[in-house]
Amino acid sequence: MQFGVFTVGDVTVDPTTGREPSEHERIKAMVTIARKVEEVGLDVFATGEHHNPPFVPSSPTTMLGWIAARTERLLLSTATTLITTNDPVKIAEDYAMLQHLADGRVDLMLGRGNTGPVYPWFGQDIRNGIPLTIENYDLLRRLWREDVVDWSGKFRTPLQSFTSTPRPLDGVPPFVWHGSIRSPEIAEQAAYYGDGFFANHIFWPKEHTQRMVGLYRERFAHYGHGSPDQAIVGLGGQVFMRRNSQDAVREFRPYFDNAPVYGHGPSLEEFTAQTPLTVGSPQQVIDRTLGFRDYVGDYQRQLFLVDHAGLPLKTVLEQLDILGEEVVPVLRREFDALRPAHVPEAPTHASLRAARAADAGAGVGTETGR
Amino acid sequence: MSRRTLAVVSAGLGRPSTTRLLADQLAAATRDELAGQGVEVDLRPVELRDHAHDVVNNLLTGFPSATLREALDVVSGADGVVAVTPIFNASYNGLFKSFFDVLDSGALAGRPVLIAATGGTARHSLALEHAVRPMFAYLRAVVVPTAVFAAPEDWSGGSAEGALRARIVRAAGELADQVRPRPAAAPPDPFALTTSFDELLAGRDPA
Repeated sequence: MQFGVFTVGDVTVDPTTGREPSEHERIKAMVTIARKVEEVGLDVFATGEHHNPPFVPSSPTTMLGWIAARTERLLLSTATTLITTNDPVKIAEDYAMLQHLADGRVDLMLGRGNTGPVYPWFGQDIRNGIPLTIENYDLLRRLWREDVVDWSGKFRTPLQSFTSTPRPLDGVPPFVWHGSIRSPEIAEQAAYYGDGFFANHIFWPKEHTQRMVGLYRERFAHYGHGSPDQAIVGLGGQVFMRRNSQDAVREFRPYFDNAPVYGHGPSLEEFTAQTPLTVGSPQQVIDRTLGFRDYVGDYQRQLFLVDHAGLPLKTVLEQLDILGEEVVPVLRREFDALRPAHVPEAPTHASLRAARAADAGAGVGTETGR
Repeated sequence: MSRRTLAVVSAGLGRPSTTRLLADQLAAATRDELAGQGVEVDLRPVELRDHAHDVVNNLLTGFPSATLREALDVVSGADGVVAVTPIFNASYNGLFKSFFDVLDSGALAGRPVLIAATGGTARHSLALEHAVRPMFAYLRAVVVPTAVFAAPEDWSGGSAEGALRARIVRAAGELADQVRPRPAAAPPDPFALTTSFDELLAGRDPA
């Protein structure tokens, strides 16, 4: 099982000091966090993509390329890559380039983006969110799997004899996760292609995650990719830890109370009961996280949100130390012991390359795109 | 005997509340009318005051608490709705509006609704027609023709046997006539897949 962090990349005032980091500080903090994720023994760093303040990560592959050069083992991913407002041609190029530079340590998570004004800045319309996602992703798959593409559709200019370069590393496109909070069409899309499904699983009740993952698993089997429990599921999560849970609550409360999204709304206690947020001791985080399996089944990737709401970098790095030293080793052991042998790990470049070679050796066509 | 459920939504802020009193009288009159037609009615009161904080939290976070979820499900799963608000500043009060703002879109489409209001003076009565009725029209609810407004003078004497009583009975009859012939309601499922992937790929918009 893979563990890591995902970051929104918000620039938020620290409510305890009134200090707002500069964009430069925030960007540098994000890459420091990424390197720390590898250092403490976690597997994945995923950055968000935004095109409006107060968020900084508008150029994920630039950031991930920098991180790739300074890490050895870390898997680089996104949370999410906007499949609606980015040109699928540019996504195909950028992430293939990143794959080469990172020697395959790349996958990506696609999402629509929920900020209406962003769409027209890129020539699109939020009301076309689902159709854009369907059309753009179908093209993206072809660009990675077919050397020469002739294509026409509704949302971009046609392509004639187009070759997206560089070609994916070893002919193996990056693995794709599809993320959505509550659009069943996206669970269906992930299932149709046999791709991964990621439930952001923060800020919302677990019932949304349970319904969406359940739908994805059922449709994954329907489309013949395996049994429902063999579908590839990732979850988010949000934690804040101190050795004593009372200290965690006391320290996190001002950040919670003033946070974007949920601040000035429900109390910390209400929100931890209503959503997967866990504020407490490492053991509480372990127990809560193991409980996720009870409603989504065995899953492949767990990403934590640890760096939002104005938390200072020092605190975030401490959180990563706790995750690496006390939480994730236990979670790895426990989840691995519980997972049946027929439930796969999340695909990696190495596993996808091996599967491709095995198919070629067996004389099976390597073209898996529909 | 067939069964129907009636959600009785009251946005009164006082305790006791004349808004709730009016809601209860409308609900009871509708129940009696339907009972006379062989339809048994479960009355499901939804006192918005009890959910006021959760309604605001839902506006901020985008999801309801478990208890508010139950209240919303009562309304979206009911065969008919009695919706009563005090009139504030020539319109429904903010709590009433906010509750319907967090109700799932489409939840009231085609659903019979009886609207009613209370106010400090009869001069507020047309707020039902220029504010409350258009909101439910927007929600594509089937709003019965008679809207019931109760002013202070309607309550004088302690029993509503006068003109108010007549309006209550007329409105309840109209609501009953809408509820009875309709099949029992099923709440909409926001996670239901309505378009196949092949249709999506072919460029059909999701339903």
